Amino acid sequence: MKVEQISIFIENKSGRLAEITRILGESGINIRALSLADTTDFGILRLIVNDVEKAKSVLKEKGFTVNKTEVVAVEVPDRPGGLSTILQTLDAEQINVEYMYAFVERCGGNAVIIFRFDETDKAIAALKNNKFNVLEGERLYTM
Amino acid sequence: MFFNEEFETLPRPALEAVQLKRLQATLELVSANVPFYQNILGKAGVKSGDVKQLADLQRLPFTSKQDMRDSYPYGLFAAPMEEIVRIHASSGTTGKPTVVGYTARDIDVWAELMARSFVSAGAHKGDIIHNAYGYGLFTGGLGAHYGAERLGASVIPMSGGNTKKQIMIMQDFGSTVLTCTPSYSLFMAEAAHEEGVDFRDLKLRVGIFGAEPWSESMRTEIEEKLNLAAIDIYGLSEIMGPGVAIECIEGKKGLHIWEDHFIPEIINPDTGQRLGEGERGELVITTITKQGIPLIRYRTRDITSITYEPCICGRTHARIARMSGRSDDMLIIRGVNVFPSQIESILVGIEGVEPHYVLIIDRLDNLDTLEVQVEVDEQLFSDEVKVLQALSHRIEKEIKDMLGVTCRVKLVEPKTIQRSEGKAKRVIDNRKL
Repeated sequence: MKVEQISIFIENKSGRLAEITRILGESGINIRALSLADTTDFGILRLIVNDVEKAKSVLKEKGFTVNKTEVVAVEVPDRPGGLSTILQTLDAEQINVEYMYAFVERCGGNAVIIFRFDETDKAIAALKNNKFNVLEGERLYTM
Repeated sequence: MFFNEEFETLPRPALEAVQLKRLQATLELVSANVPFYQNILGKAGVKSGDVKQLADLQRLPFTSKQDMRDSYPYGLFAAPMEEIVRIHASSGTTGKPTVVGYTARDIDVWAELMARSFVSAGAHKGDIIHNAYGYGLFTGGLGAHYGAERLGASVIPMSGGNTKKQIMIMQDFGSTVLTCTPSYSLFMAEAAHEEGVDFRDLKLRVGIFGAEPWSESMRTEIEEKLNLAAIDIYGLSEIMGPGVAIECIEGKKGLHIWEDHFIPEIINPDTGQRLGEGERGELVITTITKQGIPLIRYRTRDITSITYEPCICGRTHARIARMSGRSDDMLIIRGVNVFPSQIESILVGIEGVEPHYVLIIDRLDNLDTLEVQVEVDEQLFSDEVKVLQALSHRIEKEIKDMLGVTCRVKLVEPKTIQRSEGKAKRVIDNRKL
C-alpha cells in the first residue's frame, strides 16, 4: 500500500534539475510524478519513478544525495469536494500531512494525490476504512 | 605627553636593568609556585638562578596556548585564589576557553599601562571616552575602562552593539575618544550616515582600535569617515588584555610595547630561533611583573617585526609593526577569536558524523560575515524542508552559543567543497583589509 519515493538534495544553482533529468533519461528511467520544494538556499526534488533502485544508484553515482521515503498515493473521487473529503478524514483522525502533490492518471483520467504523512500506517488504515482508493506502488511505477 | 614619563622614557641600559631584575623575580615566582614551569624548566635544564643576563632568556622554553588549555582552568596561576581578584577568558582552540587571573596589583598595572596607552594615543584627563569594547569575559571592555578611570577621563561604558544608541550618546554626551574594533567604527560611520548624522559635527578626536587585524588603507578610510586620528592598539588576554602595545599619535609608525612589563622577542615560528631587528616572525612575550598568571616566552602566534630605533615621541620602548597575520589558523571575526577546530567540534557534536564543511569569511558593509557551508550527506538529508532548516538553525545557534559569533549556515551538495590532496580546504577568507 506504500509507494517508494526518492528525494534528491539540490543546491539553488543553475542546471541542477536539467542534470538530474538528463541522468535519469539516459538510464532509461521514467518519471511518474514529481514535486520540488524550494527555499532560498536549496531545493528538495521528490520523484516517483518506474525503477526506484536504479534511479537511486545512478544519481548516487553522480554524487547526488538521495534518500528513499515511503509515501501514500490516493485516488481522488472525481467530483467537486473530492480532495476535501480525504483531508477531512485525515483531520478527524488527527493525522498530519507533511507535504502532498498531485498528478493525473494516464488511463482513468482521475487525479492521484501523493501524501507524505507523519504516521503512514495509521493514515493508510484510516483512508481504507473510509473507502478511499489507496493505490499500490506497483500500479504507479508501471502506469 | 606621557602618563609615566620616568618609565616611558627610561634610557635603554636602565630599562634593560629593570627587565633583568623583573625577569629574575618572575622566574623565581613560577619556579616556586607553578608545577608546569617547575617541570619544563627542569626538562630544559635551567634553574631560575641561571638567568644572569637578558640574553639568557633564549635558553628558556616556550609556553603555548595548548599549555594553557592543558592547565585549564587555573593550573598556570602563580598566586593563590585568595589573591585573585578578577578572572577573564578567551576562546581556546576547542570548546574550553583560555583562562587568566589577575591579582589586585595586576589590575593596577593593567590600568596604568592602559592609561599610558590612552595618553600615547593623544587622550588626556578631561576626555570623554566612549568605550564600545565588549564588557564581560573578553578583556577589551574592562581593560579600557580601568585605564580611562586611571587617566582621570570620563568613561562611558557602552560595550558593543546597539549602534543607534551608540551614535545618539556620542552626539549628546560629547564623546571625544572612541574605543572599539576598527570594523565596528566603520559600521558605526555607515549607520550614522543613514541616520543623517555627520561625524564632522561630533566632538570625537581620537579613536583607539584593536582586537582584530586592520591595515593602513583602513586607517585612511576610518580617519576620513569618522574625522578623528585612528590609533592601533594591541593586546591579548593571555598576556594582559588591551594595552600591551600601542602606537603614539606623534609617530603612528609601530606600536610601543611596554617593555618595563613585557619582554618581546621575534622568532621563526618553524624553528623557534630568535630573529633580528626588522625581521618578520612570530611575536613571543614574557611577562615580568604579573603575579596571577606570569607567562614565560608565550607564543602569541601573531606575525610582526620589532624595531629599537628611537621614536620621535621620546618613548624608549621598542616598537612592533602592525600585525600582519597569524602563524596558526586562528581567525578573528568581529573581534572574536575563532579556530576552525572549534566549529568542527560543534559540527561533529551535532550529528555524530564528521561532515564536510568550509568557512567563508567576508566583510560586507564593514562587518565581518561568516558563512558555514556544510555538505549534506545521506545521514543529514531529509525529504522534508523543515528538517533541513531546523538543522541549519541548530548549527547557527550552537556556534553562536559556543563562540559568540553570528553565522549563516548554507547546506550544499556533496563534493562541492574543494578538496586538495585529499585534505579539504577549510577556510576561505575573502576579506580585503
